[in-house]
Amino acid sequence: MPDNQPDRDTLVQLFRTMSLIKINDHHIRAAARTGRINVIYYSPRGQEAVAAGIAAHLTANDYITTIYRGIHDQLAKGVPSRVIWAEYAGRVTGSCKGKGGPMHITHPETGVMVTTGIVGSSMPIANGLALASQIRGDKRVVIANFGDGASNIGAFHESLNLAAVWKLPIVFVCQNNLYAEHSRFDKFTAGGRISDRAGSYGIPGLHVDGNDPVAMWKAAREAIAHARDGDGPVLIEAMTFRFHGHLLGDDASYIPKEQLEAAVQNDPLVVFRRFLIDHGSASEAELAAIEAEIEEEVVEARTSALAAPYPDVNELKIDVFGPSRSTPLPRAETVR
Amino acid sequence: MTDMINSIEALNRALADAMTDHPEVILLGEDLADEEGGGIVGVTKGLSGRFGDSRVRSTPISEQAIIGAGIGAALVGMRPVCEIMLMNFTTVAMDMITNHAAKLRFMSGGQTHVPMVIRTMTGTGLGNGGQHSDYLEAWFAHTPGMKVVSYSSPSEAYGLMRSAIDDDDPVLFIENIPGYFATGPAPLAGTRIPLGIANIARNGEDVTIISYSEMVNLALAAAAALAEQGISAEVIDLRTIAPYDRATVLTSVGKTGRAVIVHEAVRDFGVGAEIAADISEALHGKLAAPVRRLGGASCPVPFSKPLETAFAPRKEDIIEIIRGLF
Repeated sequence: MPDNQPDRDTLVQLFRTMSLIKINDHHIRAAARTGRINVIYYSPRGQEAVAAGIAAHLTANDYITTIYRGIHDQLAKGVPSRVIWAEYAGRVTGSCKGKGGPMHITHPETGVMVTTGIVGSSMPIANGLALASQIRGDKRVVIANFGDGASNIGAFHESLNLAAVWKLPIVFVCQNNLYAEHSRFDKFTAGGRISDRAGSYGIPGLHVDGNDPVAMWKAAREAIAHARDGDGPVLIEAMTFRFHGHLLGDDASYIPKEQLEAAVQNDPLVVFRRFLIDHGSASEAELAAIEAEIEEEVVEARTSALAAPYPDVNELKIDVFGPSRSTPLPRAETVR
Repeated sequence: MTDMINSIEALNRALADAMTDHPEVILLGEDLADEEGGGIVGVTKGLSGRFGDSRVRSTPISEQAIIGAGIGAALVGMRPVCEIMLMNFTTVAMDMITNHAAKLRFMSGGQTHVPMVIRTMTGTGLGNGGQHSDYLEAWFAHTPGMKVVSYSSPSEAYGLMRSAIDDDDPVLFIENIPGYFATGPAPLAGTRIPLGIANIARNGEDVTIISYSEMVNLALAAAAALAEQGISAEVIDLRTIAPYDRATVLTSVGKTGRAVIVHEAVRDFGVGAEIAADISEALHGKLAAPVRRLGGASCPVPFSKPLETAFAPRKEDIIEIIRGLF
């Protein structure tokens, strides 16, 4: 690619992914506020570019793990909005039959293997996915998403150290939105940049403007290629911001007004949309058509979710354990 | 002549046979490759040489990372056997075990599952003190989605380990440290002992002793002594502690009318309480005596020999409590 830049189609695809996250978020918040769905919701609004830039370099075979604020990562990876909506609504047509809920979206078809509600826990499990890939030599890459708060839990260190000594094909993506729940990043995190910690493990660390989809796309391309080529893990710190606090209903009083206003002023979607038009990458009409198409998809996802049945209470007894095995595991069972 | 082996050898054979039969079986844990000694007591000795460093991996001292790696690999079809050297060290990996391994099948609506074995050793008797000796099985038994397994002889160690590896759900596999060294007849290669089914280790008529792990051998010794005093004790080895074989326990106690549960774990709030409650609910009015429990004292495992000996149930304690039922 000339100048290491994304081509026009890639730029439009980035916009499409970011718009899907934004529009979907708008409707989830509306449905939650009006009581049509009952969820504790961790909005990813403001972090769209991080997920879009990463997902642009992944195939359906690649795996990700993410966290409670992870709907942007799931949508970007390709989880259909209708199964997410149905899961948020607690319906049997949800990705997890309504048994996991918003914090545990799982969708192996698109490689979303774990969504965890525990800060830091996306990383140790992602290593195992990468270990399987390494042993099988199947070239899959794993993305472990987490927030700045998770960089201060022990699992971060254990995971990066193990990934580095085993040279696992994994990219650790710290989505630094500057607040861990209600706690300001610089007040509770020593050392400044999280990406600088990569040096402690002898692996590359990239500090990226996570609000710029082109910068994210470039950094992700480099990091994912590194991991896929067998050169070991990479740590990305994507600097971003969340527009709606820790969870829906949070009054965000701990965020200085000017900081929030400045972030919203620089809304990654507004900035990128203007960029695409100004640089002749897309016309207003083309982008508006994409937005209209997504709007329709999301409304349909909501409608179908709310019309679907709830799971039967008998589900309490199902999926706790699998069926008992009455005969030995067949020898040399084909590895999935 | 029957080949006599100890449980270290039996487990080594189980792991080797499973790795031979199933390419997806991998071993992860501290010091378990040959370069690091083949395991702290030698359970994995020779396996890295035989199956390679890619499948038999020594790890840093990072219990969360060990179990996390096991979970991730299991989610995509590997069958990891992770070693957490000592049962007390599971405490630093509890999030991985109870929030993730145990729950992912349910929370994913059955889309994923975690066919992983966690091997761990423990037990009093060697003066390891308060942080290297605990039986913590009740914590895991209290977590739906976890299976908890223990054995009381080398051949059972083999057969239960093979079944644990075959199983499609996470299994915590408890190995007793002093018990490692007792020998018994070697198992036939490939033998499985099914999970979820208790073993009647000794038939009896007057009282049922329900136990598991090394305490089964104490219960058998007590039963032999009681027989000389005219009391016929049936001994049940649960083998699978969770979910346990209620039917076998209730059938036996229904027959004998008396029950004593014996475990090395602290008695209070332990596995014995759950079993005692089940027996009372199912057989109230048919019991000839109250259900009794014997377990560790309500204190951390002490170091000094006389204290450590007094902490865990002894053969004499079992005999005494049973004589009190008649």
